[in-house]
Amino acid sequence: MFDLSPAEWTAVELSLRIAVVATVCALPFGIFIGWVLARTQFWGKTILDGIVFLPLVLPPVVTGYLLLIWFGRKAPIGAFLDQHFGIVFSFRWTGAALACGVMGFPLMVRPIRLALEAIDRRLEDAAATLGANRAWVFLTVTLPLALPGIVVGVVLCFARALGEFGATITFVSNIPGETQTISAAIYTLTQVPGGDAAAGGLVLIAIALAFAALLASQWLARRAAIRFHGE
Amino acid sequence: MIVLAIEVEKQLGALKLAVRFNTAGGATALFGASGAGKTSVVNMIAGLLTPDRGSIVLDDAVLFDATKKIDVPPHLRRIGYVFQEGRLFPHMSVRQNLDYGRRMSARPRDAKGFDRIVALLDIGHLLDRRPRLLSGGERQRVAVGRALLMQPRLLLLDEPLASLDAAHKREILPYLVRLRDEAGIPIVYVSHTAAELRRIATTVVRLDAGRVVGSGGLELLEGVDVDGLA
Repeated sequence: MFDLSPAEWTAVELSLRIAVVATVCALPFGIFIGWVLARTQFWGKTILDGIVFLPLVLPPVVTGYLLLIWFGRKAPIGAFLDQHFGIVFSFRWTGAALACGVMGFPLMVRPIRLALEAIDRRLEDAAATLGANRAWVFLTVTLPLALPGIVVGVVLCFARALGEFGATITFVSNIPGETQTISAAIYTLTQVPGGDAAAGGLVLIAIALAFAALLASQWLARRAAIRFHGE
Repeated sequence: MIVLAIEVEKQLGALKLAVRFNTAGGATALFGASGAGKTSVVNMIAGLLTPDRGSIVLDDAVLFDATKKIDVPPHLRRIGYVFQEGRLFPHMSVRQNLDYGRRMSARPRDAKGFDRIVALLDIGHLLDRRPRLLSGGERQRVAVGRALLMQPRLLLLDEPLASLDAAHKREILPYLVRLRDEAGIPIVYVSHTAAELRRIATTVVRLDAGRVVGSGGLELLEGVDVDGLA
């Protein structure tokens, strides 16, 4: 059905890997920041809120540029991570995952925050009187009750990561087999004469993946609802 | 013998709560009109609300002492609390709700004790259901069972019948009387309904506008009309 060259399949596989890694790595941070925004009051909270949501409103190229000057190999954070943990972002697929994670982060945090704000905190009090310390209250009551919001956040972040273009291409360029995702491959194909036809196959794949993500989110949301309210 | 000794002060908006009483086991009624501060007092006993001043002592263990800066967190107090609205965990089955206290304190499973309390409250047929599918009376019985199964040193019941209609109140009252007589756990029972308390209480502490205005036997409930205080 999809008549793609091996190079194009590589782009598909790379896109999926980058989106999955970006989403999985962003999730703990997303839950933590969502919790901080939902449950704590401190000076500068508005600023944190703004920083988290900045990638949503900034031109993606600007986000990519900022990542480049902070996480590049010679840049302060990038050099530190390289020396101490051997993590290199620049011109690697890991850098693409970082860019996608940053771009998807606001979409992940928002539903998690809303879900945490909607939880009846009296249930957490009840859990405490039954002997649960704060960590257990969080793991056995707060987190399961926020699950529908977490699922929505994960799907939105994943979808955003899958389609990310501007920040990724600015930060880690467009290297086939390393950082060339579906979006970047389509862009490359449309830049050469007669490439439109090949781009068509990738476009179909992109539509199929987006649709699958939507269906998966609806299925997961239904399952979460059943878990909560019974059949 | 004194089981619970409480002497606390707390400013709650316009209400200045200053409450002092002792109980000696059995079922102690905290009786008074809405807004008298009854729920705040039990929340302080449970550790969910911090007093400004004073102390709370249970079985010779200091739970709270403002001058000595002692404030045992709620999860270490081992005080069972049955809330007005039940507060069952909606994402767990009835069985998981009942088992929650045991799991959190990592005690070994005690099938006998579990079955005894399930039988006492007559909730065996509900174990695999979700809380949402229970009637109000069933929900409160499960909430009582959940609090009992954590093996509490003290049981707090905050208007456990207030959300129920008259028929369900009649349904659940006998279970509470049985609980008082058979479980052997001291009870603090909050209500503004004198009729309910006449069935359950062995001693009465009467609150009005944040102060204790009388404490003693059931005679304190005399002269209050059957429907209780508004």
